[in-house]
Amino acid sequence: MFRIAKKRALNPQVTLMEIEAPRIAKKVKPGQFIMLRIDEFGERIPLTVADFDVGAGTVTIIFQKVGKTTMALGELSEGSFILDFAGPLGVPTHLKGYKHAAVIGGGLGTAIAYPQAKALHRMGASVDVVAGFRSKDLIILEDEVRAISDHTYITTDDGSNGSKGFVTDVLKSLIEQGNHYDVVIAIGPLVMMRAVSNLTKAYGIKTIVSLNTTMIDGTGMCGGCRVTVGGEIKFACVDGPDFDGHLVDFDEAIMRSQMYKASEREALDRHQCRLEGKQDA
Amino acid sequence: MPNMNPKKIPMPQQAPDVRNKNFEEVEQGYTNDMAVEEAKRCLDCKHKPCVSGCPVNVRIPEFIGEIVKGNFENAYQIIKDTNALPAVCGRVCPQENQCEKLCVRGFKGESVAIGRLERFAADYHMANSDEVIEKPASNGIKVAVIGSGPAGLTCAGDLAKLGYDVTVFEAFHVAGGVLMYGIPQFRLPKEIVQREIDSLKVLGVRIETNSVVGKLVSVDELMREEGFKAVFIGSGAGLPAFMGIEGENLCGVYSSNEFLTRINLMKAYRFPDYETPIRVGKRVAVVGGGNVAMDAARCAKRLGAEEVYIIYRRSEEEMPARREEVHHAKEEGIVFKLLTNPTRILGKDGWVNGIECVEMTLGEPDESGRRRPQEKAGSEHVLDVETVIIAIGQTPNPLIKDTTPELEVNRRGGLVVDEKTGLTSKAGVYAGGDAVTGAATVILAMGAGKTAAAAIDQYLKENY
Repeated sequence: MFRIAKKRALNPQVTLMEIEAPRIAKKVKPGQFIMLRIDEFGERIPLTVADFDVGAGTVTIIFQKVGKTTMALGELSEGSFILDFAGPLGVPTHLKGYKHAAVIGGGLGTAIAYPQAKALHRMGASVDVVAGFRSKDLIILEDEVRAISDHTYITTDDGSNGSKGFVTDVLKSLIEQGNHYDVVIAIGPLVMMRAVSNLTKAYGIKTIVSLNTTMIDGTGMCGGCRVTVGGEIKFACVDGPDFDGHLVDFDEAIMRSQMYKASEREALDRHQCRLEGKQDA
Repeated sequence: MPNMNPKKIPMPQQAPDVRNKNFEEVEQGYTNDMAVEEAKRCLDCKHKPCVSGCPVNVRIPEFIGEIVKGNFENAYQIIKDTNALPAVCGRVCPQENQCEKLCVRGFKGESVAIGRLERFAADYHMANSDEVIEKPASNGIKVAVIGSGPAGLTCAGDLAKLGYDVTVFEAFHVAGGVLMYGIPQFRLPKEIVQREIDSLKVLGVRIETNSVVGKLVSVDELMREEGFKAVFIGSGAGLPAFMGIEGENLCGVYSSNEFLTRINLMKAYRFPDYETPIRVGKRVAVVGGGNVAMDAARCAKRLGAEEVYIIYRRSEEEMPARREEVHHAKEEGIVFKLLTNPTRILGKDGWVNGIECVEMTLGEPDESGRRRPQEKAGSEHVLDVETVIIAIGQTPNPLIKDTTPELEVNRRGGLVVDEKTGLTSKAGVYAGGDAVTGAATVILAMGAGKTAAAAIDQYLKENY
């Protein structure tokens, strides 16, 4: 059992939790993920580690309430417990040797991009962060990101924060203005990572993306997370989650992410019915 | 007088067209009378050929003799003496290739049903025994066991009985390994596995789930920082093999590992009560001819598939699956497409809609001694299916060897060990089961766990 030491809403859909898992906190590095299962009936889901505190023995996860599991997780209160929490899994992001980095976060992906930006900053790299959200109310971690970056650009799809556009628009203009980056790290929805990778490919800038695919075990056993990278089958859990964005077959990854959409819908509807049922009672 | 009936007493089982719609156990076990009748078929041969066919040398004629006398609990204790998991082995051992293969009764008729009798004794014990397991006095020496499948559980049990302070590290959220995630409920009820694990806990074995050795902690750290004096690696063969053919990444293609883990470990067959989903089309193709392929096909049928094909490139004779499993699968309506090999998986809008196959013929024997299959030119044909399950084998997971540089592995990824002791290339570190051999059987893994436990005991006695 793993205790929820702290819980904080970052926006109406996104929640941060610090989970007591001292052994994982001691080992985890940016880019790695954990698998969790809330209770006996739950699904195992992967979540990329957003931060960790070795002293406090906690691992921070940030998740968006999109499906049954994340919805139920969001309903748990501080001080309650998660049944299973395993990690750290996957290969840490290789951050050494970069001097000028652009870190791109799309929505919730900003939470996952944040520890990478922070680590790069600590290692002495100049870091520009571009974070995109659908609208102003959904912006997360703005202060945290500003604290560890040289420049921060926050953009919204609807322009409600005064800056309208996609992250690719901002990145493109930064590159066009003559900013030189030796690496771009892009984390967010598959379509956003595909767009960033297509853009940077044209400029020949190395691009790292982080794939959060469906998986059962997270240790290389099920192969459900397989992706085609440079024409070869890779497992996101053990070969990734980071891959060279220019080599990932995003179209296939997007297609594969549809596999359980119908079942996910069913589980979510059922969960919401129960919640509403409870409120009626 | 022995019972000279040339046939085994049949075991009651669920009718095929009933059981292929549920996940309850197929075979329901002997009654006391049936067991005694069957036990009487044993000739109590002086040279005991059956015992030499058993990887853990269960004293077979002796336990069967106790069943004849009606001393069922005694029979269980005799089995338990050398076999840590009788209820499991009685159900899943390939007896026809081991003890029963060497049974004298098999020359002119059917061998004694040793497996069924083993299962009977174990189930009798579970239902009737009030035996209290006593925790042995601890010698305070810590041993780590990595993986809680048949090899790890056997090794842990043997060492705990000798007084060692044993901790088992399991990557998943429940212990049991392949017994939990791989073998389906209808062949091996999970409650039985759980009871075996619970009895290990009574012996003092600690089980740490959610602990991925190689990631959370390395073998070196266990030994250097956490005080473990010896380590047994029984991490299994977890890495699924794919065929490398076109269309394998389409939605609707599973590795057998994923398919079975969703069903058995995550209980997707009880979706949405259990939240892990599974998608099974009306028509399903399972590629492979082993027990895992049979399990996957029979699960697919139970989940509502109308047509389930086993696609296997050789003939039935070469199939690695137990004969009994093949027989059960056929009874349940699984269609066998033998001497057939997939060439690509076809899809539409990202989803599987067919599998293209070629017919095969058998040529000269290859290095495995089985006749090598060859493609028949121009025999391409398509089977319309919505789901494809690839069950062509698994290789050992590299997580542990990648983080333990001194461990030597062979070209198939198996850990290299001394066969007599299970000792790896690293002092104090032993290994056994599928992590060494690649995917094999439960009983071979148990035998390896047992061998290693004895060697670890010897090593620790000499060094601590």
